[in-house]
Amino acid sequence: MALSDRSREAIESVALPVLAMAGALLLFGVFIAAFGKNPVDAWLLLFKGAFGDWFSWQNTLQRAAPLMLTALCVAIPSRAGLTIIGGEGALVLGGLACASVPYLFTPPANGFGTAILLAASMLAGALWIALAGALRQYRGVNETISSLLLAYTAIALFKHFVEGPMRDPASLNKPSTRPLDEGLRIGGLFATDIHWGLMFGIVACVVLGLWLFFTTSGFATRVVGGNARAARLVGLPSARIILIACAIGGACAGLAGGIEVAAVHTSANASLIAGLGYAGILVAFVARQNPWVIMPVAVLFGGFGSAGSLLQRRLDVPDAAVLVLQGFAFMLILASESLRGRMFLPRAPKLPVPAPAPAPLPTVIKSNV
Amino acid sequence: MDNSALFMNLLVAVLGGAVRVGTPFLMVSLAECITEKSGRINLGLEGVLVFSAMAGFGGAYLTGNVWLGVLAAGCSGALLALLHGLVCSLPRVNDIAAGIALMLLGSGLAFYLGKPLIQPQAPQIPAIALGEWSSSAQVRAALQINLLFPLGVVLAAVLSWGFKSTRWGLILRMAGDSSDAARALGYSVNGIRIAATTLGGFIAGLGGASLSLYYPGSWNEGLSSGQGLIAVALVIFARWSPLRCLWAALLFGGAGALGPALQSVGISEGYYLFAAVPYVLTLAILIWTCSPSRSLQGAPVELGVSK
Repeated sequence: MALSDRSREAIESVALPVLAMAGALLLFGVFIAAFGKNPVDAWLLLFKGAFGDWFSWQNTLQRAAPLMLTALCVAIPSRAGLTIIGGEGALVLGGLACASVPYLFTPPANGFGTAILLAASMLAGALWIALAGALRQYRGVNETISSLLLAYTAIALFKHFVEGPMRDPASLNKPSTRPLDEGLRIGGLFATDIHWGLMFGIVACVVLGLWLFFTTSGFATRVVGGNARAARLVGLPSARIILIACAIGGACAGLAGGIEVAAVHTSANASLIAGLGYAGILVAFVARQNPWVIMPVAVLFGGFGSAGSLLQRRLDVPDAAVLVLQGFAFMLILASESLRGRMFLPRAPKLPVPAPAPAPLPTVIKSNV
Repeated sequence: MDNSALFMNLLVAVLGGAVRVGTPFLMVSLAECITEKSGRINLGLEGVLVFSAMAGFGGAYLTGNVWLGVLAAGCSGALLALLHGLVCSLPRVNDIAAGIALMLLGSGLAFYLGKPLIQPQAPQIPAIALGEWSSSAQVRAALQINLLFPLGVVLAAVLSWGFKSTRWGLILRMAGDSSDAARALGYSVNGIRIAATTLGGFIAGLGGASLSLYYPGSWNEGLSSGQGLIAVALVIFARWSPLRCLWAALLFGGAGALGPALQSVGISEGYYLFAAVPYVLTLAILIWTCSPSRSLQGAPVELGVSK
């Protein structure tokens, strides 16, 4: 049966990532088996640790929340044509900003105070990523490299403040800032272990999706990302749009850091530097930079993350097993893109077209950078 | 201790550190240089570096021979880079994204396989003691030169000559400057790029060996902190010349050695801030050398990073 172009595209955009994830799980099984463990056990434990019971669901959703936000830090700038991978930096600075507010003044110990803390986190993250965008826009510095360098710098700043000027003298073994006041912390959602951060993540994904796909400024952002020259020709303010997209993404990652501090760690310390920003890159790529798709993908990878400790305990494999799985998934997701448009041999009848010239490589490289 | 003696000690420590810390920088930047000359960016060298450091340490520990370890590091680096080369040769795969994936995969594999290697001691790469003439223990320590460093210097010179004056160098540069010309002459552009990326992976692997088998000289998960990535910026700074990579690597090694050097003379204030110097320096250099209106001088034409 010949499929129309549209439905073929729709099927492909679901089937390719699903196939890639299945391939990653398969490869992961082979990898586990190569080191003398039972791959079936590993798959079952992955599922059980992620979605097996209510306890693991809570753990999974708790991990999914920051992943949604850090994935947005990749997805929103990428819609404006920038590959930002420094979400980790925005996240740790967001956490630091959140913990530093009480050092400056005493915020009211209620929801309003929490809002001030989170606003500070968002501001810190937004400025940090917008800096990478500005360097790209005004100095032509590659934003992928600069954002990652900024991330390393942010982590150094974080360590400096947490172990130096802002260290709580009571934190002996693990340098931390002063713990947040009880009233400032973010509590559980409907008496569960899942904190309100999940709600923030979901709202951010939904709202930013609506903004991207249904508003004029969202459309303008996509035009800038899709074809920068066309955007200039129709007179779009590219620089401003790029900076705003970076700031939005950075604010999301900063918020993730703030939430992690206010809901999980209660103070800024090294536990915050857990690679959530890097995992967010993977989530965004798997979701093909679509804010709505980020939600389920973040839950999936949050699940893998929470299954990691179970895998480690029961199967006696290093906790990096989850990282290996993520690496396989990332590679296969990218490789699967090359199958796009070739999955179905019976094509809808088309007018005879001359055989396409082999696509010159330079355009492939340039158009994506 | 008076101030001038303090300053001299600091200077010696920084200069010694420049070579010690700069060796991995040198190797990785030469690796990146080869890859980029062929028209591709390998952001995944960070993953290659971590993985090969683990493999090198494991090889040296299991065989008891440090040079087998170095070989293992080079080969495993080449293998991982080969993966990057192959994946990037697929249609519609972006080399920057593939690099990010390789970064994740390389460190994941390294942390997984390297778990049992965190405790043990492995034989170390022998050092040449150039400081025997001095009575100062500090000078002697600073002039202990990792054998991989002279190898890197030779490599830089060979590459510099090779790019200019050999048939292979010309073909490599052609793939990077005009893939159409290479194709017209009947060369496989993807084949050249895969070969260049793989060779680069081997050299980056030597950098990994320098990390785990010389300085710091052990395997742990925090071994590499962005050297692979800084190398990408370093190559831009060196404007794609292997010899300039050498000076850039020494400069960055010196910057990286600043924190530990200050600590060694008793200044530990702001240790983490000094640790950030290489990153800030890289950024500053990028801001200084890049321009939004023209592509960089000396940049391979097909490269995306300078755009």
